[in-house]
Amino acid sequence: MVAIIDYGVGNLFSLVSSLRAIGVEAEITSDVDTIKKADKLILPGVGAFGDAIKKLKDSGLDIVIKQEVKNGKSLMGICLGMQMLFDKSFEYGEYEGLGLISGEVVELKGDIPENLKIPHIGWNALKFENESPIFKYINEGDFVYFVHSYHAVNCDDNLIATAEYGRNVTAAVQSGNVYGCQFHPEKSGDIGLKILKAFCETE
Amino acid sequence: MITKRIIPCLDVKDGRVVKGVNFKDLNDVSSPVELGKYYSSCGADELVFYDITASSDGRKLFADILKEVAANIFIPLTVGGGINTLDDFDRVLKCGADKVSVNSGAIKNPDLIGEAAKKYGNQCVVLSVDVKRVDGQFRVFAKGGREDTGMEALSWIEKCVNAGAGEVVVNSIDTDGVKKGFDIELLKLVCERVNVPVIASGGAGGAEDFVELFKEIPDIDAGLAASIFHFGEVKISDLKKILNENNINARMIQNV
Repeated sequence: MVAIIDYGVGNLFSLVSSLRAIGVEAEITSDVDTIKKADKLILPGVGAFGDAIKKLKDSGLDIVIKQEVKNGKSLMGICLGMQMLFDKSFEYGEYEGLGLISGEVVELKGDIPENLKIPHIGWNALKFENESPIFKYINEGDFVYFVHSYHAVNCDDNLIATAEYGRNVTAAVQSGNVYGCQFHPEKSGDIGLKILKAFCETE
Repeated sequence: MITKRIIPCLDVKDGRVVKGVNFKDLNDVSSPVELGKYYSSCGADELVFYDITASSDGRKLFADILKEVAANIFIPLTVGGGINTLDDFDRVLKCGADKVSVNSGAIKNPDLIGEAAKKYGNQCVVLSVDVKRVDGQFRVFAKGGREDTGMEALSWIEKCVNAGAGEVVVNSIDTDGVKKGFDIELLKLVCERVNVPVIASGGAGGAEDFVELFKEIPDIDAGLAASIFHFGEVKISDLKKILNENNINARMIQNV
């Protein structure tokens, strides 16, 4: 069973449906016991960093997640959920993240040519930067769906994929059993389902 | 590089797709779920559903059908039609929509876009605008293109983007249904004016019209159409191939 961590933000309907579509049982939960019992954890997220990390920390689930990761359980952060894995974010202020992967989250604005639109919305091709079990069923150049205005930087050691948008934008990261996708696998058609499937099969 | 998006648009009434869809290989051509699956499998980058139901019973049906679509189709879904309040946003987002498209609702209530953007994020709020030339000016039309609001279109679009609309669908009434191509003149002006994704609608008659659109206006992000896809005049997988042959970046998918 995959526990989708519910800390009061975002629409988790598509994520549950996409896991069901690949035959994986999923539960949207904020219950500590359920999270402990789960085989895998997914940290979703939409909206602003400050608000989301506050909600997560207020719920006390940040500590539970860190403990489970330490015990060896696989965790995947998606979109803002990925950004929260890092040390820090500078979205409307300065906030501390979960610190599970080193790096920071900063505005795309100023980091990409001015003529490019922000948010970075749409389908973009993945460029592999390193091997990862979550890419087991897909190929370099496959397209995934992005929607974001902030991006992760200074995370070269854990970078596994980028997408070209005026520069190499962090698309996916991995540090041991912690994975993060800036794009939305649950909105990326078959390719996205294959990434989720591979994640669910990680040891 | 980000790809140009191709978006089929489906009108739904009482939970069924209307506007005459003509597919031989589908059992139920008016089922939003079947059609959604079909489009998704042949490479549509996104789906737009407009709820054209007037009755509240029909709205309920739409909610149920939307849930079913969202449970089966894993590409972005935009929903429009009858979005007048934040509750309407909530209603469709809960059913699995990723973005919500506002048209007349924004004209009636100028604060709607700003409030929705604050609550759900700019990326969730799509301005849809029907534009027609009147006395040498681009005017905004309301109520499905039947009523001249007297407002100048470009400043209206700019105002809505500043308020928080994260994307703009520009439907040209002048080119809509004519099938002689998109309204390049209008769309160029919109792209010069705003820096959010602009989606062209109205006028596509064939693949060459999409090629012209993306060649003439490199800043345009997506092309939306209904009947040419529904009647199989243009197959999305063929269209994408033609775009790529013309050096326009489009997402190809396997097994097509």
